[in-house]
Amino acid sequence: MNSFNRLAVVISLATLFPLGAYAAAPADSKGTVEVVHWWTSGGEAKAVDVLKKLIEKDGYTWQDSAVAGGGGAAAMTVLKTRAVSGNSPSAAQIKGPDLQEWGALGLLTNLDEVSKANHWDTLLSKTVSDTMKYDGHYVAVPVNIHRVNWLWINPEVFKKAGIDKAPTTLDELYAAGDKLKAAGFIPLAHGGQPWQDSTVFEDLVLSVMGPEGYKKAFVDLDEKTLTGPQLAEVFTHLKKLQGYMDPDGTGQDWNLEAAKVISGKAGMQIMGDWAKSEWAAAGKKAGTDFECVPFPGTKGSFTYNIDSLAMFKLSAKNNTPGNIAAQNDVAKVALEPEFQYVFNQNKGSIPVRSDLDMSKFDSCGQASAKDFADAGKANSQLPSMAHNMATSLAVQGAIFDTVSNFMSDKNADPATAGKKLYSAIKSAQ
Amino acid sequence: MTNMTSGIGASRFTFSRVAIYATLILAAAVYLIPLVVMLLTSFKSPEDIRTGNLLSWPQVIDGIGWIKAWDTVGGYFWNSVKITVPAVLISTFIGAMNGYVLSMWRFRGSQLFFGLLLFGCFLPFQTVLLPASFTIGKLGLANTTTGLVLVHVVYGLAFTTLFFRNYYVSIPDALVKAARLDGAGFFTIFGRILLPMSVPIVMVCLIWQFTQIWNDFLFGVVFASGDAQPITVALNNLVNTSTGAKEYNVDMAAAMIAGLPTLLVYIFAGKYFLRGLTSGAVKG
Amino acid sequence: MSSVAVFSKASPFDALQRWLPKLVLAPSMLIVLVGFYGYIFWTFLLSFTNSSFMPSYKWVGLQQYARLMDNDRWWVASKNLAVFGGMFIVISLVIGVFLAILLDQRIRKEGFIRTIYLYPMALSMIVTGTAWKWLLNPGLGLDKMLRDWGWEGFRFDWLLDQDRVVYCLVIAAVWQASGFVMAMFLAGLRGVDQSIIRAAQVDGASLPTIYLRIVLPSLRPVFFSAFMILAHIAIKSFDLVSAMTAGGPGYSSDLPAMFMYSFTFSRGQMGIGSASAIMMLGAILAILVPYLYSELRNKRHD
Repeated sequence: MNSFNRLAVVISLATLFPLGAYAAAPADSKGTVEVVHWWTSGGEAKAVDVLKKLIEKDGYTWQDSAVAGGGGAAAMTVLKTRAVSGNSPSAAQIKGPDLQEWGALGLLTNLDEVSKANHWDTLLSKTVSDTMKYDGHYVAVPVNIHRVNWLWINPEVFKKAGIDKAPTTLDELYAAGDKLKAAGFIPLAHGGQPWQDSTVFEDLVLSVMGPEGYKKAFVDLDEKTLTGPQLAEVFTHLKKLQGYMDPDGTGQDWNLEAAKVISGKAGMQIMGDWAKSEWAAAGKKAGTDFECVPFPGTKGSFTYNIDSLAMFKLSAKNNTPGNIAAQNDVAKVALEPEFQYVFNQNKGSIPVRSDLDMSKFDSCGQASAKDFADAGKANSQLPSMAHNMATSLAVQGAIFDTVSNFMSDKNADPATAGKKLYSAIKSAQ
Repeated sequence: MTNMTSGIGASRFTFSRVAIYATLILAAAVYLIPLVVMLLTSFKSPEDIRTGNLLSWPQVIDGIGWIKAWDTVGGYFWNSVKITVPAVLISTFIGAMNGYVLSMWRFRGSQLFFGLLLFGCFLPFQTVLLPASFTIGKLGLANTTTGLVLVHVVYGLAFTTLFFRNYYVSIPDALVKAARLDGAGFFTIFGRILLPMSVPIVMVCLIWQFTQIWNDFLFGVVFASGDAQPITVALNNLVNTSTGAKEYNVDMAAAMIAGLPTLLVYIFAGKYFLRGLTSGAVKG
Repeated sequence: MSSVAVFSKASPFDALQRWLPKLVLAPSMLIVLVGFYGYIFWTFLLSFTNSSFMPSYKWVGLQQYARLMDNDRWWVASKNLAVFGGMFIVISLVIGVFLAILLDQRIRKEGFIRTIYLYPMALSMIVTGTAWKWLLNPGLGLDKMLRDWGWEGFRFDWLLDQDRVVYCLVIAAVWQASGFVMAMFLAGLRGVDQSIIRAAQVDGASLPTIYLRIVLPSLRPVFFSAFMILAHIAIKSFDLVSAMTAGGPGYSSDLPAMFMYSFTFSRGQMGIGSASAIMMLGAILAILVPYLYSELRNKRHD
């Protein structure tokens, strides 16, 4: 048994030594860029692979650190702990107001050189470029623009239920829902996860209160708007709409719900344009097999959700000219047409630069690009609250809690929901 | 362990015997359902999953789920081995030494230390993520497998020490006292007297630690990245992906692959586990 | 207590021998002081600051605790832990003891059956959660299966019901841990002195009486150990909730570990997250101190 002891010691020591050597970085590339992201699903992974190939073609090494789960919540944990340990990755998928938080911590590097050389200021619309800047400097490169306020329709189901046109107002939406119900379909496919509940909620706010009201509610967090009668109306609509939702949908992933619309069990789904990737994967064509229309009552407005890659200051250990060049290469390549086309066709979103030929995209993509431009003129490009473009994560969390709790509570009162919402937001600030 | 069945009842064929067997078999069936469902599903084609039900037999045995799953998570299998093996051995060894000291060589404060350590068993690991990664960064071990092994050893210590201490406490003092009178030193007593008696508890400790560390997700995702990720992180990336079509057969096959080593350990070493528990680990 | 003192010859070798135990324990002591208590202290400090996205050290007193107390979600999470923890521990103990007693009746193929009961413990909570999420889903799992088999009126939708979802967590957790409890008690039963039982049998006591009155009371330490292990699983149940319900519907199946994680990391409210961690540790302390007290009082090894 003494030999057992010795054996254990020897094995543990022996296994430690190769591990020490293992930590060394590969030395034979021009530079390495490590990217933390949560683009792990089929289409997204394919899209990221394109970026990886382009970077490798330029002679750099791409180190992939994908962390799936919770809409990036797991990746956020990884990023924070790594930042604390002084070992930030070169680039990470960070978006919206979060960029400001990371920037304020002094962790992000500025991309002045790349952005000037490649004329980002002229390529990008102001809404996009403002989001990417911290303190007047670019700290992140945008990769796509998602539109959130879409309604997805299976026209075949609509025909079977005797509905002849897509709803454009909330009343028409309810009328369509009644007909679908009568014909034995699930009117509205909806997975009851907090972010999905809040996606519907923000669409209703936009529909009832218009772009100005939306901004007051979610950007300014204005007390009078949030506790006013219009928000009570929104909550009333939310309760009513809930009556049309899939009873099996609670806690369900959105893509499983999308599958119900695709297979003709359900008639509609309220979801951002990433839903298109599900339709595409099922071999369906936009315009014929499925229709996308702006959420009833929100025509002319565009709630956006922009994904971006933030660039970190490299840690002392990694701060080599080669690695910096690799980082800059990612920033450059991400905006180039080649990547923008493939990535956005896979994701269902539209390119961030306005000079690309949209004829390569399907009708939903083309409509989205046109609406984005029009909304820019009408001052109705709106940051999506549910997708963390409008508020801090703390405030967003407070809204999620209130909205989801309202929906799962059978006796919730729309009249007092606004007050609850406001006090939750206040205490989160 | 000569007498593994201490049973009191007579082993005649009576009504109560039948009832006992029926209950045991029914319970076994309930315990097996999730595993059976996972196995069946992993061999089904996606259409089969959509149309058939949970316990229906696959229409065609389809191995594509397993092939795809191995392609995605298989590469991370060895990472897990590289992390788990040293972490299990080191934490078990240190636990044995600690348990030896805490039971046979008590000194002022050693009981207090044991109390502090026991409380540590209950520490939710989420609280230590940030400070631990700060420390690991300072040690220059950020993002290395060594760092991850270190974290597992540190947070496994509480349980391994507890196991060995409770086991050694039940060993008669006289043995050790006699050895001391013979002039045996600290390590000699450990090596000659205690270690030979420790096989059952070593087994318990190894199995417990292996299960804990192999199945760990939280530390793995935070302290290892990219190509060094353990298999649980790869599994999570596969199963928890929120967009794109769900391939349940692949998910289930991947879950089986990730769980296979621990399952095999329980199946083949399970009886040592029970023996270890029997011989004192649970005498609280 | 310190039997080392018997040897007080002051040769260097003896001095070394006397210091060796302390030297051996020293690294672990350091680790525990830094890695457990240092970090707890740091969390304690943060709970009095306005830390939000990242740690900061601006003192705000008890404000974070006040906000925590005001937070409805925290109370839901705490209540859930009480319900979940209580049911999980009691049901696991009952099933574990029951199966152990049955298995102790000279069962054929005992090893095989034992392995079946024990295997869930080998699986990670993520796998368990995913599998049960699927089994309990009304549209996909057991519910659909029973309806397919002709039980039309069957409806099992606890996973979607905000008042019952916590029972789903209990089902999955009991499935995972009860086999382990069974193993612990089986081990305990094997250690019971047979002569006491024989004597009772001779006196004409029935089997259930013998188990209830004589055998089980003698297994008090096993109950203690099982309780500790189960309590530790209940308090740390994080993977299970996140894989099975992610806290939903709404936040009706949230647990404190989950609450703390999401406020600290996903929501950028590190102050509240730290405050909730300290509250949790306080609760653990309240359960553990009596146990430790008895453990360290009675456990003299002579």
